[in-house]
Order: sequence, then structure tokens, then C-alpha cells
Amino acid sequence: MYNNFDELLELATIRNVSLSQIILEAEMKLSDLSESQIYEKLELNYNVMLESTRKALHTPLVTPGALIQGISMDQYNYSKGENSICGSFINSVMARALSCSETNASMGRVCAAPTAGACGIVPAVVSSLSDKYNSSKKEVLDALLTASGVGAVIMQNATVSGAEGACQAETGVGATMATAAAVQLAGGTPDMAINACCFVLMNVLGLVCDPVAGLVQVPCAQRNAIQSINAMLCADLAMAGMKSVVPLDQMVDAMHKVGKALPPSLKETSIGGMAGTEAAKEISRRIFG
Amino acid sequence: MNVSVFEAIGPIMIGPSSSHTAGAAKLARIARVIAGKEFSHVSFGLHGSFAKTYKGHGTDRALVAGILGILEDDEDLVKSFEIAKIYDITFDFYELELEGMHENSVKITFFMKDGTYNDIIGSSIGGGQIIVKRINKFDTEITAQACTLVINQYDKKGVISDIARVLANNNINIGIMKVNRTAKGEMACCIIETDSIITSEVVESLKEVNNVISVHSIIITDK
Repeated sequence: MYNNFDELLELATIRNVSLSQIILEAEMKLSDLSESQIYEKLELNYNVMLESTRKALHTPLVTPGALIQGISMDQYNYSKGENSICGSFINSVMARALSCSETNASMGRVCAAPTAGACGIVPAVVSSLSDKYNSSKKEVLDALLTASGVGAVIMQNATVSGAEGACQAETGVGATMATAAAVQLAGGTPDMAINACCFVLMNVLGLVCDPVAGLVQVPCAQRNAIQSINAMLCADLAMAGMKSVVPLDQMVDAMHKVGKALPPSLKETSIGGMAGTEAAKEISRRIFG
Repeated sequence: MNVSVFEAIGPIMIGPSSSHTAGAAKLARIARVIAGKEFSHVSFGLHGSFAKTYKGHGTDRALVAGILGILEDDEDLVKSFEIAKIYDITFDFYELELEGMHENSVKITFFMKDGTYNDIIGSSIGGGQIIVKRINKFDTEITAQACTLVINQYDKKGVISDIARVLANNNINIGIMKVNRTAKGEMACCIIETDSIITSEVVESLKEVNNVISVHSIIITDK
């Protein structure tokens, strides 16, 4: 059994198995569920994720104040054009992440990963890469297991609450989970996956939670899109052989401490950050009076 | 590891907020079970963050969905106002101060068809988790994570042991039991969390216990 990333990686390395195998065995012990019951639950969650990656691609969904209404469809249409800077794959990943956020904001059905505010990153990355690599259903669910196992270790040793750890703990952890899944889908080793997680956290430390008008729309949706790409870029850094100079457990601890050090005005209260700007206050007045 | 992978990926829920939407719906759904289903009007007194932001997070629609028994991951949640009309249930919202309560708290008043009413106060405490803090005159700590019995009885000798005997005879182990009364010999409330599912037969046997006024069981679905 493991209680941190160091122990998780050691178990996978000694036995020469994937992270998902170790995570599966731990979950069976913890939850008293059988292997097939766990895969059934994973599939149920993944189906909800898939649905939310598509729901807003063709129709704008109604959201309070219309702050992000239609952005997924625009991004999706743009991704199909020839002139995008980053190419159609990256743009379509962002469109899928936006679709999850737009679905969430419009009171549609989503699967929290690890929270509702960060529900677009794991689905966008896992679904896009499984399309790219033509992964089997088992490979996809195993990647999801790796992502959720990474999230569980962070929940145990730090936090995924915006009120406690700000956005770094929500979309940041979502991207950390997604990058581990990405490495596994791309055929990388457990060690590469753990390194990729370090790179993601390096790039989110200090990210504040400052939703405009207190709504889970802006900048949440944009951050879901960008953190999906962060997850894939960091997976590539690790797959190229880059090693983190700080181990993942210490990076998680650093994230937790930064979260605690941030003032309450930057943790889900919509007082500071972009929520505190004149324009954001005006939007808040418009919606709530 | 003490944290399940399904806490990191999950729950499946209707957005946008686990505390302001999913938790609100669950809280109202549990309150409906406690109040009983024969009501025609429900008033929601919103406190703190619930009062300030309920429109933007759909807290109002989630609360109405809950009192109709709609689950937190059911897309019907969004249409709860229209569904309430079909069942001829009316509702209203107002703001109030609940001193010392969590930011996301609500007082739900069920106006029953027999002219009585039930006041239930609870909080949505994050991640879709809830706690029922008060049922009419009784303080409680119901989190609805285990199967829970809510029993109203007269504060008489032997009632509690009779209740415990019914449960033991049905092979149900008591996890937590809390008893609370308004005054000696008057109305009392007993909250019991059990390790196993409580069937409707058990609820009926409990209703037959001397001095028991009402029995409600909260069955926990896998949400």
C-alpha cells in the first residue's frame, strides 16, 4: 500500500507494472469493490465526461449572464480551419475542455475531476489522446484510473478545494491528473508520468481563484482549456526524458503551502484577482442587481 | 490510502457547483424524506452565500428539485420549477439570517396538507456533502452518509429500548444513536444511523412501538 507518490512509484517500479495497476489494487482494498465493479464505475463516469466534451460543440448552451455562452462552438469551428496557430489538434482539445465548462455552467451533467469547476481537463485530454492513439476501452479506463489515483493522493496529502488552495488546487490538480493519464496513453513509463505531474505543478503554483461574479464561468472555462494543453505539454517534456529536480510529493506540499499562504480574497470569495476589477463588478451588478 | 479514486473523479452531478447546486439538491431531498411527502407548499429561507448567489448557481432550482425527490445527477433538476407545477406544489424564497450557521445554509419549511408544518435547517458543506442541523425543535447532525432513521416519540420510559429491540430483532446494528427532547415527558426525537439498509417492514414495526409518533428512514443511494 502507498500513501504518497514516492511509495506509489516504487511499487510500480519494483513490480514493473503501470501506476493504474497499483492504484486499482489499492482501490479494491479501500472500497471493497471488485475489479469489474471498479471498471464499471469508471466507465459510467467516463461516459458522462465524454458527453460533456461534446455537448456544447454544436449548440451554445444558456449560462447565467451569458459569460461563456457559445465559446465552445466557436473554438470547435475554428479548430477545423487551416489557419490556427497551434493546429487543429490543440484547438480541438481546448474546444472539448470548454464544452465541459459550458455544460457545467448551464446546469448540465458533468463528472467532477477533481471538482466541477475543473471538470473539463481530464475529459478533454483523455478523450483527445485516446482518439489520437486509437486506444482500447481498457487502456482508456486504465488511464482514467491513473488520473484519479493521482488526484486521490493529492486529496489525501493536500487539498483540491478552491476555498482552501485556490485555482492551483482545482484546475492545477485537474491538469496534474490529466498529464499522468496522457503519459500512460502515449506509452510512457510510471516514472515519466510522475515527472510530468511535477512540471504541471511548477506551472500552476500561485494560480488564484477569482471567478467573475462568483460564477463558475470566467476564468474557469478558459483555465480548463489552457490547463488541458499544459497537461499535454508537460507530458511531452517528461516523455523527452526531462527529470524534475524536486520530487512530486514535495511539489504537492509546496502547492498546499502556497494555497494556505494566499489571502482569502484570492480563494473563491470573488473579492480579489480579476473578480475585483471594475468590469467584473459591473457584470456582477448586472446579474445579481 | 484513505481516499477513494472516485472522490477524485466524481461525483457525477448537475453543474455548476458541488456545494451550491448538488449539495443544495441533496439537502432538500433529505429534508423531504424527514418531512414526509404530504406537503403542498415549501418556503426556502436562504442564508449567507446561498442568499447572495443562489440565482447564478441555480441553487433555487436545485432546492426545488430536491423537495420533488429529483437526484443530484438527474438533468430534470433544471426543469424543477415546471415539474413542481405538475405535482401542484408551490414554493417561495426569502432571505434570512441563521446565526452561527455555515455560509451555505437554508431553512426549509414544508407546509403539510393536514395544516401542520415542518421546519428543517441544514447546510451544504462542500463537495456535495450536507448536514441537517435542525428538525423542528430538535438539533441534529444528520450527514446522510449512512442509512438513518428519524423517529419522533413521547419521552417515556422504555421507548428507546423498544426501538433498539425492533432493530436487533431485524439484525440491524446501530452505528450512532442520538436522543433529544423538548422537555421531560414531552416530545422527543431519536436519530439512528445503522450499518445496514432499513426495509419498509422495519419502519412499519417501529411505527407500532408504544409512544412512537412518526418514523422516517433515509435510504442512501450511491451518490
